[in-house]
Amino acid sequence: MTELTQQTETAKPAAFAYAPAPESRAVVDIAPSYGLFIDGEFTDSAAGGLRKTVSPATEEVLAEYTQAEAEDVDRAVKAARKAFGPWSALPGAERAKYLFRIARIVQERSRELAVLETLDNGKPIRETRDADLPLVAAHFFYYAGWADKLAYAGFGAAPQPLGVAAQVIPWNFPLMMLAWKIAPALATGNTVVLKPAETTPLSALFFADICRQAGLPRGVVNIVTGDGSTGASLVGHPGVDKVAFTGSTAVGKEIARTVAGTDKRLTLELGGKGANIVFEDAPLDQAIEGIVNGIFFNQGQVCCAGSRLLVQESVHDEVLDALKRRLTTLRVGDPLDKNTDVGAINSAEQLARITELAAAGEAEGAERWSPACELPSDGYWFAPTLFTGVTQAHRIAREEVFGPVLSVLTFRTQEEAVAKANNTPYGLSAGIWTEKGSRILKMANQLRAGVVWANTFNKFDPASPFGGYKESGFGREGGRHGLEAYLEHA
Amino acid sequence: MTHGYARRYGAVVTMPTDADTSSDAALRRQLHGLPGVDAVGLEARAAALGTRSIKTTAKAYALDLAISMIDLTTLEGADTPGKVRALCAKGANPDPTDRSTPKVAAICVYSDMAATAKEALVANGAPEIKVASVATAFPSGRAAMAVKLADTRDAVAAGADEIDMVIDRGAFLSGRYLQVFEEIQQVKAECARPDGEEAHLKVIFENGELATYDNIRRASWLAMSAGADFIKTSTGKVTVNATPPGTLLMLEAVRDFRAATGRQVGVKPAGGIRTAKDAIKYLVMVNETVGEDWLSRDWFRFGASSLLNDLLMQRQKLSTGRYSGPDYVTVD
Repeated sequence: MTELTQQTETAKPAAFAYAPAPESRAVVDIAPSYGLFIDGEFTDSAAGGLRKTVSPATEEVLAEYTQAEAEDVDRAVKAARKAFGPWSALPGAERAKYLFRIARIVQERSRELAVLETLDNGKPIRETRDADLPLVAAHFFYYAGWADKLAYAGFGAAPQPLGVAAQVIPWNFPLMMLAWKIAPALATGNTVVLKPAETTPLSALFFADICRQAGLPRGVVNIVTGDGSTGASLVGHPGVDKVAFTGSTAVGKEIARTVAGTDKRLTLELGGKGANIVFEDAPLDQAIEGIVNGIFFNQGQVCCAGSRLLVQESVHDEVLDALKRRLTTLRVGDPLDKNTDVGAINSAEQLARITELAAAGEAEGAERWSPACELPSDGYWFAPTLFTGVTQAHRIAREEVFGPVLSVLTFRTQEEAVAKANNTPYGLSAGIWTEKGSRILKMANQLRAGVVWANTFNKFDPASPFGGYKESGFGREGGRHGLEAYLEHA
Repeated sequence: MTHGYARRYGAVVTMPTDADTSSDAALRRQLHGLPGVDAVGLEARAAALGTRSIKTTAKAYALDLAISMIDLTTLEGADTPGKVRALCAKGANPDPTDRSTPKVAAICVYSDMAATAKEALVANGAPEIKVASVATAFPSGRAAMAVKLADTRDAVAAGADEIDMVIDRGAFLSGRYLQVFEEIQQVKAECARPDGEEAHLKVIFENGELATYDNIRRASWLAMSAGADFIKTSTGKVTVNATPPGTLLMLEAVRDFRAATGRQVGVKPAGGIRTAKDAIKYLVMVNETVGEDWLSRDWFRFGASSLLNDLLMQRQKLSTGRYSGPDYVTVD
């Protein structure tokens, strides 16, 4: 593909052109088909339906996996229920041993898992290698540390687990979202049935193998794959005590309706429309990096993405010049190439949604800009895009695009910045760029966002709670706060 | 593209001509009006650029480019004419087994060795290699102004093509910006030769002594405004010398300075760059921060000595497929 792009008449060959540096696929062995991981074993579905998962970068079929039906989900929930008694009765230190073991196996197999995740999701190997996998291991290490200290976590002297947790996770960070769900659940003594996303089931199935490798007792972790109907069967199952969901606000609302009137506990981590606020006194070179990281990390398919850039009028032109210059250096293409910055969009469906919203941005009068970049002809691709002249009324300023599309708005005063940042149904993340510490502290209290980053963006740590306000959901994951969602309230 | 910078940096940019270079306070207002540097973000960006994977053809290009950018340096009290001549022979013909190896950019010596270096380069058939001489009481810069200027004059008279001066860090850190500014201007004046040409002036900040990244950015603008042709990280004589974040910051400064004034200034990291791998990381940084305009020996240099042999060994490996070893490159 690169060879082709260099033939075009406008593209002057770069003096320092990076030769392809692909990570080897040989480190990962994907089976032709996968069953459901229930009660410590891979089993077929009662109905036996199979689905295909493709590589979004090439549309190549990677493997077939099983569509779990209601009766399969029932089997999984029963297995988790059976395992709950002995698992929750284990001393915390014993549960910690398993979690530490899982964390170490994840580290040992991180190269394999990074390549797998890149193949199934489409995100660059640079990110899976340097962000996803280290964070996955860190999350297990962190919650392993809590397992024998729950009595000191501030939730009573002898906090009790809930039972069986039904966990439904999205496709944007498949293995990381799994870690965020499973690690605290197991540390607190719950057992889980987890459903990975329809388009990215593979890393969860590899995780099932890691559970076996770690000698985790049967039924403590069960993985059921399938489409939305599998997720609906799972969250609606009467044998489930706790539902944890990360995904779109629309599905989150559906789940809330399903769970309403039952005694299931619920946490939701939903969409966002994060504001990245750049003041004139910001460290500008670093702010540019933060803006890029905020919206182009993982192709913008991040619930806490900084998808709205609020820039102070006095530095608008300067920031836009620098941002455009920086975007021309982004390398879009083969996700397995170690020099790729921006990979493929996860699915045709998601690409259609991004394309539709970007078209709406143009139709509503915002000015669209993308750096010159040739996109591969196979697979699902969308060039990094920014819109200037965006107002609060535009769809691209209000709706979550979940793609590499940045809307640029301006403000004059700090009050205006806060008002605009908060003027959204969402409330997940925000960023503040300024050299003035007092301004950061004041604004952090005024912004209705679960995470506020100061002079950085999209930084994650297992010790730091993460979650939203308003339509971005409720409950916190990570940190001491993340334990609360999996413990009986005293 | 440039108007945003011109407006923001306007105050600093106009310093040499219209403005208020009358006092430390005036310079302070201008230099301290530059955008701040977030240390964590700067270091993260430099580290991220260091993760690029440069292979095969790209590596071959980068290795040759790096060799051609070296200011091959000897700055020891024990230097002798013989040592300098050996270094010149090596710079002119870095790999005797492969004549396609590029020559280095310059030979960097103390001012009393400048004439020896000049002669030796001619004798080796490489008059195009520059002679760079350190001056102004290198490395500390602690001498009377008259001594610093005489040092510079001697080096230029001895045939130095480039002068590597040090700033007075004591003056800079105590806020005597005007003194630093004027010293650079005066040394620059001494770089002029009777034939109307002038030696290129590299201004060394000694980043390891400047304490903060903000200071490195300020020193960059001060030196560029005073007429520096190159800005250079370090003398190589202190604990912390060239670092990727410090160099990245200086690249951002020359980029912004050109956008604001139209004048291009070069960058020279010096000290502590010993491996081909590190050198390639710096070239990636140049490529992705300031672009191709700086990817030549005219605009980017490495101040180094042992780096050359590692580049040569990597070059041999790439052409033969085998690692050779330290006995297959020349010692100096």
